[in-house]
Amino acid sequence: MMKVRSILLLVATLASIGASSAAEQSIILASTTSVEGSGLLANILPQFTAKTGITVNVVAQGTGKALDTARRGDADVVLVHDPDAEREFVDEGYSSTLRQIAWNDFIIVGPSSDPAHILGGKDSVTALKAIALARAPFVSRGDRSGTNAAELRLWRAAGRTSEALNPEKWYRDIGGGMGQALNAASAMNAYTLTDRGTWLSFKNKGSLVIIIEGDPRLINRYDVIELNPRKHGAARLDAAKIFADWLVSPEGQQAIGAHQVDGQKLFNPSAGSPR
Amino acid sequence: MHDFIQIVGLSISVSLAATTAATAISLPIGTALAVFAFRGRRLIVVLINAFFGLPPVVVGLVLYLALSRSGPLGFLALLFTPAAMVIAQTILAIPIITALVHRASERAWARYGDELITDGATRLQAVPQILMIIRADLVTAVLAGFGRTVSEVGAVILVGGNIRGLTRTMTTTIALQTSQGDLSLALALGAVLVGISISISATVFALAGRARTAGSDEV
Repeated sequence: MMKVRSILLLVATLASIGASSAAEQSIILASTTSVEGSGLLANILPQFTAKTGITVNVVAQGTGKALDTARRGDADVVLVHDPDAEREFVDEGYSSTLRQIAWNDFIIVGPSSDPAHILGGKDSVTALKAIALARAPFVSRGDRSGTNAAELRLWRAAGRTSEALNPEKWYRDIGGGMGQALNAASAMNAYTLTDRGTWLSFKNKGSLVIIIEGDPRLINRYDVIELNPRKHGAARLDAAKIFADWLVSPEGQQAIGAHQVDGQKLFNPSAGSPR
Repeated sequence: MHDFIQIVGLSISVSLAATTAATAISLPIGTALAVFAFRGRRLIVVLINAFFGLPPVVVGLVLYLALSRSGPLGFLALLFTPAAMVIAQTILAIPIITALVHRASERAWARYGDELITDGATRLQAVPQILMIIRADLVTAVLAGFGRTVSEVGAVILVGGNIRGLTRTMTTTIALQTSQGDLSLALALGAVLVGISISISATVFALAGRARTAGSDEV
């Protein structure tokens, strides 16, 4: 009987955990693997919670999935980085407000042996053309994430559509997060496009090095998106607005700019002057 | 370290809650399926055994859509909470526990069924008696269910969302650390997961073994 009682107690405790997470003072932020993987949110969210008492629960997905989660009404606020997918989301009427909070850049990483001979270049499109010409292994996220979208935009600029790329043996669509793509690239000595934040935090680089950086086309913008109350009756939008306002406030911007990994700044706050 | 204790604690409490709920549902059903004869029983037994191999990710996906705020159970606001993970794991554990209980009950019923009925028991009254007879097998069934729940990742990552400090379990942490290239930390956590599940199973099994030896006189 003791056992039954302790089990019931446990179930009750769990139920209360579930209930408390549904309370007014917590919101769900649908964000991307690159924001979570870089440690940014783990660093700045405690500051926000300390100030406002609002807990932010982060579900890290690719940008495409994060926006879908918000479309279904399962998130209260969104933090993503794919301009095209975001515009579509706004056009569909899901969002009331979209504001840029920070930017950093994408880089192309690859094996130090550099089979496509592109190391040190600044032109990402020329580099992709050389990779395709050399038929050197290239890992694609293939998950409709912001990074995946940026990669496909660059490939289009290099004259290749995803339909043309998919049958190629050297083009490897892994359908996974940024870290998984880096793990795969590391294991297969392949090139891949990554955001700088995840790259700096990543611990299994193997022989991978930065191959291309500094191309203006490689800029990576992060936007916080508030949801349209008419489409999201159940969402906790008041608390979400407090969070979005904090991210663009001087205090939030300062916290974002202060986040470092190995002494390197990962995000450039840009709410005041969007790039 | 605080994170670590919290993650291990959540894993164990979610899995224990799910195993408990699944056991409460599975024991009567598993035995009733052996004791009562009715049309369609065979089919139910086949289905339950087929669901033994229910892919967790499919359970997770269906439950995700059901619990989504735009889904039929959205008003419960359970998505991305530990409660959602308990529900997912309960669904995964039920077929395993039910099938194992049913198998043991069938054997016991074949052997003691007539005796129980001639002693004047109704079939309904026979259910708890059969459960009593097979109590050693119940331990195996419940442990199999617990093993399924504690080691599962596909369903809990979908309905829990792997939220730090709220729904992050050992298995989802391992998936996350692997994806961040921190393979040594992932492996260390994997070792802890294996250690914990083995020691829980061993402890329960040893306790059950003692109970069996102690109780053997009365049977």
